[in-house]
Amino acid sequence: MSIPDELRYTAEHEWIAISGSVASVGITDYAQQALGDVVYVSVPAAGSRVTAGEPCGEVESTKSVSDIFSPVDGEVSEVNPDLEDDPALVNSDPYGAGWLMRIQLDDPDNDAGLLTADEYSDLTKESK
Amino acid sequence: MSMSEAAPRATPLRAVHEGLGATMTAFAGWLMPLRYAGEISEHQAVRNAAGLFDLSHMGEIAVTGPQAPAALDYALVGRLSALAPGRARYTMICAPDGGILDDLIVYRLAEAEYLVVANAANTATVAAALHDRAAGHDAQVRDQTAEYALIAIQGPHAARILAPLADIDLDGVKYYSGYRCSVAGQPVLLARTGYTGEDGFELFTASEGAESLWRALAAAGAGDGLVPAGLAARDTLRLEAGMPLYGNELSAEVTPFDAGLGRVVVFDKPGDFVGRAALAERAQAPPRQVLAGLIAGSRRVPRHGYQVTWDGVSSGTVTSGAPSPTLAVPIAMAYLDPETAGRARDDTEGRLAVDVRGRPEPARITDLPFYRRPR
Repeated sequence: MSIPDELRYTAEHEWIAISGSVASVGITDYAQQALGDVVYVSVPAAGSRVTAGEPCGEVESTKSVSDIFSPVDGEVSEVNPDLEDDPALVNSDPYGAGWLMRIQLDDPDNDAGLLTADEYSDLTKESK
Repeated sequence: MSMSEAAPRATPLRAVHEGLGATMTAFAGWLMPLRYAGEISEHQAVRNAAGLFDLSHMGEIAVTGPQAPAALDYALVGRLSALAPGRARYTMICAPDGGILDDLIVYRLAEAEYLVVANAANTATVAAALHDRAAGHDAQVRDQTAEYALIAIQGPHAARILAPLADIDLDGVKYYSGYRCSVAGQPVLLARTGYTGEDGFELFTASEGAESLWRALAAAGAGDGLVPAGLAARDTLRLEAGMPLYGNELSAEVTPFDAGLGRVVVFDKPGDFVGRAALAERAQAPPRQVLAGLIAGSRRVPRHGYQVTWDGVSSGTVTSGAPSPTLAVPIAMAYLDPETAGRARDDTEGRLAVDVRGRPEPARITDLPFYRRPR
């Protein structure tokens, strides 16, 4: 199971890559393995406001459905257009082509509550 | 219950699954493979080629003795005394009030020898009920689950993969029949049964031989599209085939008639049977509910327990639902009240919906099964 060092994480098994004032968001390798084959991803349309810790979308897999929680405060600037036709990208490349959305951050300097790779790794071991 | 708290039991094939990198899950007290490469590719392999399943969690209960046929006629809703040796039947065991305790496949291996195959979660209940109900008959009931492994090979290529390994001609093994024979040198009970909607076979064998039998089958099918398939694929396969699952469509709260399976109840047999009076009453009464197939009108999946609505009014409950790999839309089975089931057939205005996590999603009713294999 892969947990790239350069990313930040949440306890809800999402990853965040912050570049300037924009955060790219996806679900982790651990999450996609636990979900199984992803068949549908719903995220807020570009322009929507999202709030850290609030549910803002859902991931449907064969066996279950899970909420997506926004990891940060901001405005959705872009959603991954490829997931509409190929949601399995979330399984095959969770940290790359399977990204979910990009969020324009309200406060790019505030990373409160986000976990480091080490912290997230510990968390996945606890929940086993 | 203490059973669910205990560590799950491992099947004789646990090491094989772990070697294949399976995601394992606790199911009905057993540690089972949920998926290997991915449930959608496993599902499609079973539809298009073949899949190999470990079903060793299923319960095997032997009922033997000169009065075994009479004991089963009394204990179950079917007429098992009329089953010819070598044949199998889908049947049920009911409580005195007609509620379903389990759905079963019963194999008649010889005149005085039956094998009752029960769902894992119900095996102890079924064995106890059979034991009680066989009292007064010259018949013995033994739970042999721990002694058996069960391996299924399912799919359009199953017969041609299995044939070279078997010492009997598979053309002579009809659907719902089962014979003792040898596969890859292992003694097995070979049955042409399954839970996928495809042609296929189930092989009951001694636990000790399970691993070598699995490896022989896997090797024989490696060039013919055979892949290991887990419980996740098994669930979507049976759902597409419209087959009920105990705990979802079937429970002690419903009778075979409520589940649309009244045909398994045979009143025309000698003597009484457990549940007869209650079931006879149900057979005459109008249905309380109708088991219907639903095809979702959005990509959000109706799942077990979700409410079905008609004009926003609760009109039923989803029993099973999943994204269908074959139809590429979400499908579900649901119990609907009879009035809704009737008028939903002519619904062109999107009045039928499923409450998917607080939002109504349109659905339309369809006949079961969702999928029928080409013949």
